[in-house]
Amino acid sequence: MSALVELQDVSVHFPTQSGVVRAVQHVSLEIAEGETLALVGESGSGKSTLGFTMAGLQKPSSGQLAFDGRALDEAGWKAARRQIQIVFQDPFGALDPRMPVSDIVAEPLLIQRIGDAAQRRARAAELVAQVGLPRDALNRYPHEFSGGQRQRIAIARALAPSPRLIVADEPLSALDVSIQSQVLNLMQDLQEAAAARGESLAYLFISHDLAVVNHLASRVAVLYLGRLVEVAPRADLFAGPAHPYTAALLAAVPRIGRSRALPAQAISGEMPSPLHPPPGCVFHTRCPRAEARCRTEVPALAAVGEGHLAACHFPLTGGEA
Amino acid sequence: MRRFILRRLGQTLLVLLVMSFVIYGLIGLMPGDPLDVMIASNPGASPEVVARLRVIYGLDQPLMLRYAHWLLAALQGDLGFSRTHSQPVLVVLAPALWTTCKLMLISFVVSVILALGLGIVSALRPGGWLDSLISLAAFAGISVPVFWLALMMILVFAVELHWLPASGRETVGDGSLLDVVRHLIMPVATLALANTGGFTRFVRASMIETLRMDHIRTARAKGNGEGRVVLIHALRNAMIPVLTVMALSFGTLFSGALLTETMFAQPGMGKMIYDAILSNDFNLALVGLLFATLITLLSNLAADLAYAWLDPRIKL
Amino acid sequence: MQDQAIGVWRLRWRRLRGHRGGMVSLLVLGLLVLFVLAAFPLQAITGIDPDATDLFARFDPPSATHLLGMDEAGRDVLLRLMIGGQISLLVGLLATLLGGVIGVTVGVIAGYFGGRLDGALMRFTDGMIALPLLPLLIVLGAVDLTKLGFSSEFAHSGAAGFWRIVVIISLVDWTSIARLVRAATLQIRERDYVRAARAAGASAFYMMRTHILPNIATPIIVSFTLTVGRVILAESVLSFLGFGVVPPTPSWGNMLNNAQELVTTAPALAVYPGLLIFITVIAVNFLGDGLQHAFDPRSDRKD
Repeated sequence: MSALVELQDVSVHFPTQSGVVRAVQHVSLEIAEGETLALVGESGSGKSTLGFTMAGLQKPSSGQLAFDGRALDEAGWKAARRQIQIVFQDPFGALDPRMPVSDIVAEPLLIQRIGDAAQRRARAAELVAQVGLPRDALNRYPHEFSGGQRQRIAIARALAPSPRLIVADEPLSALDVSIQSQVLNLMQDLQEAAAARGESLAYLFISHDLAVVNHLASRVAVLYLGRLVEVAPRADLFAGPAHPYTAALLAAVPRIGRSRALPAQAISGEMPSPLHPPPGCVFHTRCPRAEARCRTEVPALAAVGEGHLAACHFPLTGGEA
Repeated sequence: MRRFILRRLGQTLLVLLVMSFVIYGLIGLMPGDPLDVMIASNPGASPEVVARLRVIYGLDQPLMLRYAHWLLAALQGDLGFSRTHSQPVLVVLAPALWTTCKLMLISFVVSVILALGLGIVSALRPGGWLDSLISLAAFAGISVPVFWLALMMILVFAVELHWLPASGRETVGDGSLLDVVRHLIMPVATLALANTGGFTRFVRASMIETLRMDHIRTARAKGNGEGRVVLIHALRNAMIPVLTVMALSFGTLFSGALLTETMFAQPGMGKMIYDAILSNDFNLALVGLLFATLITLLSNLAADLAYAWLDPRIKL
Repeated sequence: MQDQAIGVWRLRWRRLRGHRGGMVSLLVLGLLVLFVLAAFPLQAITGIDPDATDLFARFDPPSATHLLGMDEAGRDVLLRLMIGGQISLLVGLLATLLGGVIGVTVGVIAGYFGGRLDGALMRFTDGMIALPLLPLLIVLGAVDLTKLGFSSEFAHSGAAGFWRIVVIISLVDWTSIARLVRAATLQIRERDYVRAARAAGASAFYMMRTHILPNIATPIIVSFTLTVGRVILAESVLSFLGFGVVPPTPSWGNMLNNAQELVTTAPALAVYPGLLIFITVIAVNFLGDGLQHAFDPRSDRKD
């Protein structure tokens, strides 16, 4: 498994009038070729900022990004643009209302100057069919489509330059539940189809819905207050979370056939402001297991199992959650 | 608050400085130069003499240098000499400034009162016949050329009806209060009418917006009388943006004053600047324009402060 | 695809048709355009020279050949009103377009790039808005073009007078468009479709041309309309004061040059041009209001 994307010690800070917002803090992460890495966290955890950074929409304040072994500096980005695409949360804002679908889908090709007009049109038609829209969709405008259909159009656009990574920023959360599974299946099918063609398609799937993540992801990364607190293969994480925050997140997921989470495990209080993140472990203000050390010393991300990393001084061991 | 005022004052001074340079440069581009006038009074002057005069008066120097000299003198209170009036510029300017301020302030107050009344009546029943009528009138006020409005007033009230004097500040030999007032009616009415249209539309829009807001509905639901709701609750909120717009309109008001003064031969700043430009009285035109700029800048500053003071959401 | 693009405009046309003021003003403007264009056939048929003065015909009353009589220099009033209208309307449109280009450029650049550039540009725009513009226009109108390096021949030609007024008005009246475009750009800039194009590597120029300008076209159209009205007023004032279109070329403004004396001798001559300006500007403003109504998706709502 070779790393497609590599983030090294990436931080993103926003200067605002009331101080510096530390949206992402010292995150190191890899995405492998063809895998689906889910990035989970509450709103305000910095997961979208991290996604934007990976899609080249946000410059990191410090740290390095690399794509396919090549550093993403100015020149690196130029080459990587067509390999990394993005799908947004709100399918209503993601499509230019004044463009017909054919132009929307072919836009990345136009921007990257791939093919001529006829080739681009042919590619758009192919993509529209691939994401399961009727052929006549090409000549219609976004306002004629439902939310789910629009998200399919957005996915078709992201697919246009045959990228190797799609950053999907909560692509389902604005959709009806019944539509969610359709789009989810589409995303999986597309990944399999790419693999069958001998290409590869990786997803950075940003979500706060652990049920969806459990369905789709190969690995899961958990973000809290801009910091990566845990990374693990999906099955390991769901079976035995090592970080108390992950455990609390999992406990909060209602599951059929299981009683509601025990109150002791639910996290209390609010996430502190990223303007003034607490010292030491960022989670100590809400952690049931916090001790003196947690208030002063930032825990490093350390291995707790095979491919399983957690940033906690007192990680949970199997079965505790 | 103090820092805000100081910062805005600093900005105002900066704009004034930039404008003084721009106007100085532009005035230099107007036809003729100060020497032409001297030569005109002495046709026998040889080219050598003219060239020497040019050096003496510093007219051969680059624009920046001449401007710096002028600015230095101006800062020491020497604003130059008016050629046409044969008096220091400030002496000519002071009474004109007073005349203009009087005209502008009276018209401003008249149009604010009119606009408040009409705007509120309009906003009470948007789309009703009264609203349509007022809207039509307001559009007419925005669309009428001010100088033509003045002309039509003269035609009707002075030429045809002989009710009011067509021009001047007072009848020579009279000068009683009534006489002065009679001379002021048409200029004030013209300027006020020209501004009332825009103001009325702002008051109306702001009132409609405010009357839709939740706290107004609450006030109604609590059983307050409609008159009380409109006057006490809505008007206060609606006034904030309206006041700002009105204070920001002093630039337009001054433009209108220039026309009104010219049409009715009122000896104010506007007419003075206009005459100065026509007769190549560079010093007077320059200083007059700067004073006009200063007036508008100060009124904008006042608008900003009033806004900040009235709207608690603005943090200073 | 055309089908749908028309759909939006058809809907807007329907809303505009429901706006009485807008429709009446559209009709009035159409008639005004016909009126000023009637100068060509009228001139061809009667053979009247609009600039030829005839001192024996000064203030002649209306007659069969001169329907509105003669002016203070013995020229045909009707024909000069028509030609003057062409000039005034043309100045209105051209200065609006030129000022619009300046305003849209400044607004889009300020809104799209934001930050310090935005701050500087908007401070400048605010400064412009605050100035007393008429005196400034007069000074600009008084500038001696030969001092700017133009030939004396050009500087005193009718064309110079025409283009000078177009340029100086557009130099002064671009600020409201700039502010509006900036505000609209700020909104569109944060849309995800703009972000998606940026993630695909689109240049700022591509983004402005493809996504931003088409999506802010609506407020721009409305603002242009209202600007035309202001510009026509400004032209009339400047020409009236003698700093705009210079005679013998007529414009509605400079036909009132001597109006102050005319008021007593031939009041009709002082009424016509001003009335035409008034009607034009009020129609343009009502049209702007109607367009605003037609373009606002909320205007179908009842309240």
